[in-house]
Amino acid sequence: MIRVASLFTAGTNCDEETMLAFEMAGAKSERVHLNLLKKNRRLLEKYQILAIPGGFTYGDYISAGKILANELQYILEHSITEFIQAGKLIIGICNGFQVLVKAGILPGFSQKQSVTLDVNDSNRFECRWVYLKANPKSPCVFTKDIDMMPVPVAHAEGKFVVDSEKTLKKIKKNNQDVFTYVNQKGGKAQYPDNPNGSIEDIAGICDSTGRIFGLMPHPERASSIYQYPDWFMSKHMQEPIGLKVFKNAVKYAQKNL
Amino acid sequence: MKNIWRIEICKKGVNPEAEVLKHSIREFGIKGLKDLQIIYIYYLQADLSEKEVYKITQQYIYDPVSEDSKILRLEDSKIERKRNSIEVIYRPGVMDPTAENVMTALADLGYQDCQVRTAKQYIFSGQLTQKQIKNIAENLLYNPLVQETLRDSKILRLEDSKIKKTDVQVQYIDIINKTTSELMDISKSRLLALNAKEMQVIQKYYQKLGRNPTDIELETFAQTWSEHCKHKTFSTDITFKDGKKKQVIKGLLKSYIKKVTQELDRKWCLSVFEDNSGVVEFDHKYGISFKVETHNHPSALEPYGGAATGIGGVIRDCLGTGLGAKPIMNTDVFCFAPPDMPKHKVPKGVLAPKRIIKGVVAGVRDYGNRMGIPTASGAVYFNEGFVANPLVYCGTVGIIPRNKINKKIVNGDLIVLIGGRTGRDGIHGVTFASLELDGESKHVSSGAVQIGNPIEEKKVTDLMLDARDQNLFNATTDCGGGGLSSAIGELGKTGAVVKLEKVPLKYAGLSYTEIWISEAQERMILFVPKKKLTAFLKLSKMHNVETSVIGEVNFSNRLILKYYGKKVGDIDMRFLHDGLPKKEMNAEQTQTAETIHAKNGKRKTSTDYNQTILKLLSSYNIASKEWVVRQYDFEVQGKTSIKPFVGKKNNGPSDACVIKPIADSNKAVVISCGVCPQYQKDAYWMAASAIDEAVRNIVAVGGDPDKTAVLDNFCWGNPEKPEILAGLVKACQACYDIGKVYGTPFISGKDSLYNEYKSIEGETLSIPSTLLISAVSIIPDINKTITMDFKRPDELIYLIGKMPLSLRGSKSDRSNLRGLPHSLQSFAMTAEEILKFNPRLSIKIFRALHRAIKSGLVSACHDLSEGGLAIALAEMCFAGGIGAEVFLKNTTEAQRHREKTRKDSVSSETLCLDGESVLLFSESNTRFLVSVPKEHKSRFESLMKNVPYTEIGKTILSDRMKIYGVKGKSIVNLELKKMEKVWSNSLSSAMQ
Repeated sequence: MIRVASLFTAGTNCDEETMLAFEMAGAKSERVHLNLLKKNRRLLEKYQILAIPGGFTYGDYISAGKILANELQYILEHSITEFIQAGKLIIGICNGFQVLVKAGILPGFSQKQSVTLDVNDSNRFECRWVYLKANPKSPCVFTKDIDMMPVPVAHAEGKFVVDSEKTLKKIKKNNQDVFTYVNQKGGKAQYPDNPNGSIEDIAGICDSTGRIFGLMPHPERASSIYQYPDWFMSKHMQEPIGLKVFKNAVKYAQKNL
Repeated sequence: MKNIWRIEICKKGVNPEAEVLKHSIREFGIKGLKDLQIIYIYYLQADLSEKEVYKITQQYIYDPVSEDSKILRLEDSKIERKRNSIEVIYRPGVMDPTAENVMTALADLGYQDCQVRTAKQYIFSGQLTQKQIKNIAENLLYNPLVQETLRDSKILRLEDSKIKKTDVQVQYIDIINKTTSELMDISKSRLLALNAKEMQVIQKYYQKLGRNPTDIELETFAQTWSEHCKHKTFSTDITFKDGKKKQVIKGLLKSYIKKVTQELDRKWCLSVFEDNSGVVEFDHKYGISFKVETHNHPSALEPYGGAATGIGGVIRDCLGTGLGAKPIMNTDVFCFAPPDMPKHKVPKGVLAPKRIIKGVVAGVRDYGNRMGIPTASGAVYFNEGFVANPLVYCGTVGIIPRNKINKKIVNGDLIVLIGGRTGRDGIHGVTFASLELDGESKHVSSGAVQIGNPIEEKKVTDLMLDARDQNLFNATTDCGGGGLSSAIGELGKTGAVVKLEKVPLKYAGLSYTEIWISEAQERMILFVPKKKLTAFLKLSKMHNVETSVIGEVNFSNRLILKYYGKKVGDIDMRFLHDGLPKKEMNAEQTQTAETIHAKNGKRKTSTDYNQTILKLLSSYNIASKEWVVRQYDFEVQGKTSIKPFVGKKNNGPSDACVIKPIADSNKAVVISCGVCPQYQKDAYWMAASAIDEAVRNIVAVGGDPDKTAVLDNFCWGNPEKPEILAGLVKACQACYDIGKVYGTPFISGKDSLYNEYKSIEGETLSIPSTLLISAVSIIPDINKTITMDFKRPDELIYLIGKMPLSLRGSKSDRSNLRGLPHSLQSFAMTAEEILKFNPRLSIKIFRALHRAIKSGLVSACHDLSEGGLAIALAEMCFAGGIGAEVFLKNTTEAQRHREKTRKDSVSSETLCLDGESVLLFSESNTRFLVSVPKEHKSRFESLMKNVPYTEIGKTILSDRMKIYGVKGKSIVNLELKKMEKVWSNSLSSAMQ
């Protein structure tokens, strides 16, 4: 059985739905409080997947995800590095993505933070459904066989920004730009299809191995048909596309870990 | 002396916050601003080296990709405070959540003794005078109630959290030898809000004891006997004069509201009126709790903090229900003055409407989103009458295991306080709520205004739900109005000993009385059995929640308050809870409600209905509330199935919200509301209409009217004025009458009275009396719910419900008629008709329609509310991207036919039916528009055969809405895109 650790701390608030999505994908999912990880640095060893769910860790008052990022970077450095080196999977959703980026884990070119998720151009929190298009050449294991995906976003700080042109080039060259915002027809997104002003409409990226993945939108909120805004029109949808993200991860883990 | 460090953070590129602010400044009327820069400042008082501060900044404070940082030491570098800048900081003692969270993070790193405050510096460039900068600051940048602008030396006073033990001097207040007027002086000067009779009863009690009360005892009476805690107006005897009739009402709550519930005796009501929320049955395992609160006074003075602590408070009500319900949804209903109300009409001393709107929405957003609770249901209503007293209703829906609904008081259980620390915040909040606001309120009541810290409450929630599931406590309640005094006084009614020095404080210098009555946020009281304390403490440590044992429960009937070993208060619990003298109140209906029939129905009005519809669609009460709603995370928890916006492009206004709380069950919860303050002529029918609207919305999405429970929230003016109290009586009577016929029990409620504002000129402004009805219903199968958008072309459109007699009062309000053709305005003004309906017919309509929806015969359903038929049809069309063709002739013909065959009692007034305006725009109650696939026509009609319905047209494959008049002529032909655009843009652009 694949086991998923859903990291939990003050302000985490999408833990239940993230765990549920992994359960539906066939894994066993557990809420793991950061304080337990601090106490027992080997606790992560029994898990194959680490999920950092959405929320407002420590309030996000300073810069979203910053404090948790530092705890991963400085207090749990060892367990996280080991986890990554063992070839295991990490997904960060929304606040979790902000954490991965600020801890320098994504895009993972060096320990240093090279990209960030800045305040939305609208200067507001926005909750809406958007469309994503997956990069077919991306090594990301979470997005295998996904093309377009309708999914909700809900954030105030999701504008993808890079520190230099070089970083952006490298992300694109490695096909680490996993998801981009598109319009309903799959074309270039304008606001509000790109809800935050992200450069190149980037919604999610992975590391060069494709095993660490972060995105602003919430696939766990698109994992059961009743979560879709038009579910009564499409009750016969075979499988909610959001769930595929979690299934891909579990399948990969079953095969490789 | 510790160093004070100033860390400056500045955005690298364009700063969206500065851009938005620049826009607001220009809109405010100040030209000459060229640019604006915002610097985010952290003041850090700590024994640290520059290297350490640098490290802290790098690790915790700034984002190297998007920000620049600068570190200054305060002593040796004079801060350049440019003339063209202003720096805003929270006042000492006011919750600064950013600082609070930085301190927690630093403590985690091992920096225990750091004090942090945050500030923002605004640097203006361009040609601005000092006066203009001051003006900008006061109107757009800060609220002097909670913030101040910084002058050089002030920052040096960072509060020291070390508590020094002070010498305990017990304060006695001399009352036993005072005259009544002296007693009232005491009540006034101490902000006790106790009236003469109450003061006298207390005096007599202490005369018998042969001593004076201590200050803390007197305060305990003031808190416990406050309107907020005791609901005196709703429980007292009222002499009600209505014309020649005179009657004595033995308590409004008992005689009307609770009576409905008692008489209906629904077995699916699991807990009513006795706990912090009402609870109804969800299934054999769970109950659904629901509570709605108001936070009007604080939101008028400090919109952001007031609204945030309002939502924070009602979430704690949810946690304090039984042994803790898990919050699964928030609701919010606001009544504001319109955002563009002219400046000269805004009374002096009152914040501008737009500032209030922005602040309130941001407050609810920041608290609800951070807590991870979807804010998914609500309403926003605009009327100039709310300019000085905006209404802010906040509600929380929770889910609770049925075996956790009851609390147990066990002798010897420990009184445990969890959550935030106690400061001077919110002192006298409840007594303040029982006073009118005036231009001076800002000075006397600043302690009653607070800022919330949602992450503290999130941790408290996590801890409580874990502790509940591990059976670690026997009872709980929230610390809300009245602070510890109400929480312990209420829950520990059997007797308790409290050691006040055990309460953790934010800063030194609080007196024992302040500790007892502080309304500091994010605190809960739990009764923990001694043998479970260790387990509880371990759990709270994991969740990083501060926990203190502050006393013990017993069965002595005495409340003993101690401070460092000294007894400072000793009160008989029986007198505290039963000693309150009954108030005597008078209500008088001065004018009998006039009934103006729609005699003007035939009057020629503007025939350009296209323009009228577009104008109505853009009026604020009808226009899309997207600007508000999308700032809320209405999807978090992943359970929101029918969202605030529905339809093809997710922009149609849903009638109600449906959540599916349990993953492997198809049962769902539907939540709606009804609020009709526009209908001020007759409080009875205003209340009746609110109930009808709430139930209508439930039925419209597929909820069962026979399994619907409601909540009442009254916001009224000063009830000591007989004519204002008369309205309240009438509204309560309607609650009984309509509730009884509809079969909707009341499960919880709250009142906020004294919503008046005395302007500096001495004029008293009272709010429009407003009753909010919130409704909750359980749907057995979510697959039987529907939404309001048209789904397919070539389906039949039916109008369900009785034909309208008139345009209802709503549009009579000029502020709603912004830009309507003058002819229609005057029509609406005169065509006021008391909106009566027959509840017996209404419930028949609800049941019939519910059966049709449940049987899968209806593809879309929308209730008729603001703007009537034309607006409901327009919304259904553009939400579904499907056109419609509707024939008004059908309605009149059907009506005539009905009258001929049945001698309907309305026949004398049918003349006005020819008025197309009436047919298009009337807002009369209990009406719906539905679409029905052709193949279901006969089955649908046979289910509806005993209630009024008319087939009025069909959906068409077109991008236009077409309406044909009573003579068959085309009177409306509008492009869907155009309607959608004006509807979507109106409020959003007003709020930019």
